[in-house]
Amino acid sequence: MATFDLNDDSVVCIVGSGAGGGTLGNELAQKGIKVVILEAGGRHEIQDFVNDEWASFGQLAWKDMRTTSGTWRVAHDFPNLPAWIVKSVGGSTVHWAGASLRFQEHEFKARSTYGAIAGTTLMDWPITLAEMEPWYAKAEDKMGTTGTNNIPRLPGNNNYKVLEAGARRLGYKEVHTGNMSINSQPRDGRGACQQIGFCFQGCKSGGKWSTLYTEIPKGEATGNLEVRPNAMAVHIEHDAQGKVVGVVYVDANAKQQRQKARVVAVAGNSLESPRLLLNSESAKYPHGLANSSGQVGHNYMRHTTGSVYAVFENPVHMYRGTTMAGIVRDEARNDPKRGFVGGYELETLSLGLPFMAAFLNPGAWGRSFTSAIDGYANMAGLWIVGEDMPREQNRVTLDPKVKDASGMPVASVHCDDHENDDKMRNHAYRQGAALYDAVGALRTFPTPPYPSTHNLGTNRMSANARDGVVNKWGQTHDIKNLFVSDGSQFTTGAACNPTLTIVALAIRQADAMAGMMSRKEI
Amino acid sequence: MREVDRRTKVSRRVFLRGSATAVPAAAIAAAGMSISPEAAWAQDAKNLTPHTMATLARMARDIYPHDRLADVYYIKAVAGYDDKAGQDAGFRKMVEAGMAQLDASAQQHHKSSYMMVEWEADRVVLLQGVEQGALFKKLHGDLLVTLYNNKEVWPKFGYEGASADKGGYINRGFNDIDWLPQV
Repeated sequence: MATFDLNDDSVVCIVGSGAGGGTLGNELAQKGIKVVILEAGGRHEIQDFVNDEWASFGQLAWKDMRTTSGTWRVAHDFPNLPAWIVKSVGGSTVHWAGASLRFQEHEFKARSTYGAIAGTTLMDWPITLAEMEPWYAKAEDKMGTTGTNNIPRLPGNNNYKVLEAGARRLGYKEVHTGNMSINSQPRDGRGACQQIGFCFQGCKSGGKWSTLYTEIPKGEATGNLEVRPNAMAVHIEHDAQGKVVGVVYVDANAKQQRQKARVVAVAGNSLESPRLLLNSESAKYPHGLANSSGQVGHNYMRHTTGSVYAVFENPVHMYRGTTMAGIVRDEARNDPKRGFVGGYELETLSLGLPFMAAFLNPGAWGRSFTSAIDGYANMAGLWIVGEDMPREQNRVTLDPKVKDASGMPVASVHCDDHENDDKMRNHAYRQGAALYDAVGALRTFPTPPYPSTHNLGTNRMSANARDGVVNKWGQTHDIKNLFVSDGSQFTTGAACNPTLTIVALAIRQADAMAGMMSRKEI
Repeated sequence: MREVDRRTKVSRRVFLRGSATAVPAAAIAAAGMSISPEAAWAQDAKNLTPHTMATLARMARDIYPHDRLADVYYIKAVAGYDDKAGQDAGFRKMVEAGMAQLDASAQQHHKSSYMMVEWEADRVVLLQGVEQGALFKKLHGDLLVTLYNNKEVWPKFGYEGASADKGGYINRGFNDIDWLPQV
């Protein structure tokens, strides 16, 4: 495995090793470009994962302090845990459920499709579905997505069978076990899904795609990629001309180090990426890097989520097998007649008993709550993934008071639900409950959003430099050799799980970046 | 469908501070592991009074009442508070103050300590009066882990815990649901 000198200024330095950073790192390494990935977390491999929700949370989750404000319920229920994401090599691809959906065509054109909606900052992406299709195809092949490339879909578990039966009774048509980057048969040196459950706790069989055991070791095998764990980036430095020249990070011994670089790519997820850019303020860039538009941190999106759980007369054992075992797509269309723009997916979800107790209705107690938990074995569940509205005031800022162990201000996340988000969530709650009622639910629970797993939009992509932070390649409008490579690039969020799009954008960005480097543009 | 055996397994062992030897949960329950200040486990408390320990367990049961769970699981869920009170004077003060407030309210309304108020519904009303207080909030939050993350209680809710070490569910009922209506 390669190691690069701190003073080697020919490397591309990537901050973060998840879907964006891990993929970009491998793609560049395959092209012969030297890469150093700085990962804030440690390196936990498959054998280290534990089938135990709280223990795994302790091992993998990003638990460092964050603060919150706004009307979203997460700020009330989990004031210091706005996001449930990962601090470990592989980033949130260790924790993700595997759902791999392409945007619909109109979702790249949200502003022109949905029109001007008060209180939103809707905008069209500077790219189209047609432009993205070849990159989506590469991503699906790389990740082994079921339902693509002649890869059979996964078998449905009990939780899926309840969803499917209820959905058919409601008349839904597009119901199946999903497009999942979980092997339904051995592929790419990894085995097939063993229906373990615990997809969120790190896949013990390796059947689920994660950069931890695909992109990263492949990149390392080229001799061009070094992944440096326990390296928390705190500042990106630039020269007198304004070009970035390296990244200052705190290592495992709490010592500051400085990795020089030819190019810097930020991929620390949508809370940490703007935090790093904002914290890199200087005399030349007094509002942080790449922030001449003032848009860094703004337009934070986290999907219109929520869950519906239902208790039946007979057992379901929803926790057996794939966590996100199937999908209903009929509500994903844009149909303003429903009272809101955009759409949503219904996807099965299950939690183990400990997390069900923590998340079913945070703050609740007494028999109304415990009688629901008493029905755990007979419970089925689904999760709502809907397009939420980007808003100016929904944003990540540097907390003015609270600092982390290294003295860096923590990320503060403000979010107010838009009326469209509320209407969509309520519609989805009703449809989810109706779906389960159709197959005999005794009781249904409209469960509030968990800490956000889909964090998007805080360094948005825009055609025009005044409207956003990065261009169609994820290159910052202000600084040619500074890129953003994670979901914070998203102009709008679409009604689908974001990882496939993050990976497709990273493959495409690697291609563009390599071209710019060979042409000496950066 | 493959069901989960919910009976208490005597081969499983519960370790409680103060026990000379590890005793099976069922044996503890049978031997009077009940919520009472006179019970041996409460009398063993070193830093909090037996009355406080028993009241904490009663509060735990009233906050998250599961008739399928024996008292021992609630007792276990609050057992750590005695040690913590020994290590943290501020915590001890907070617990004692919260307890005094709850008992004073019980005396006012029922001429009895909280422990001795007979109906759960009446105790719940008393708890609603203190639910914004530090003790209730702390206990309510801690129990989510100390009660529901106790592996001993999982089978009683039909939850099987870790599965990777058993080969997952691919051959153990991941798709064995047999009661759904035909569509």
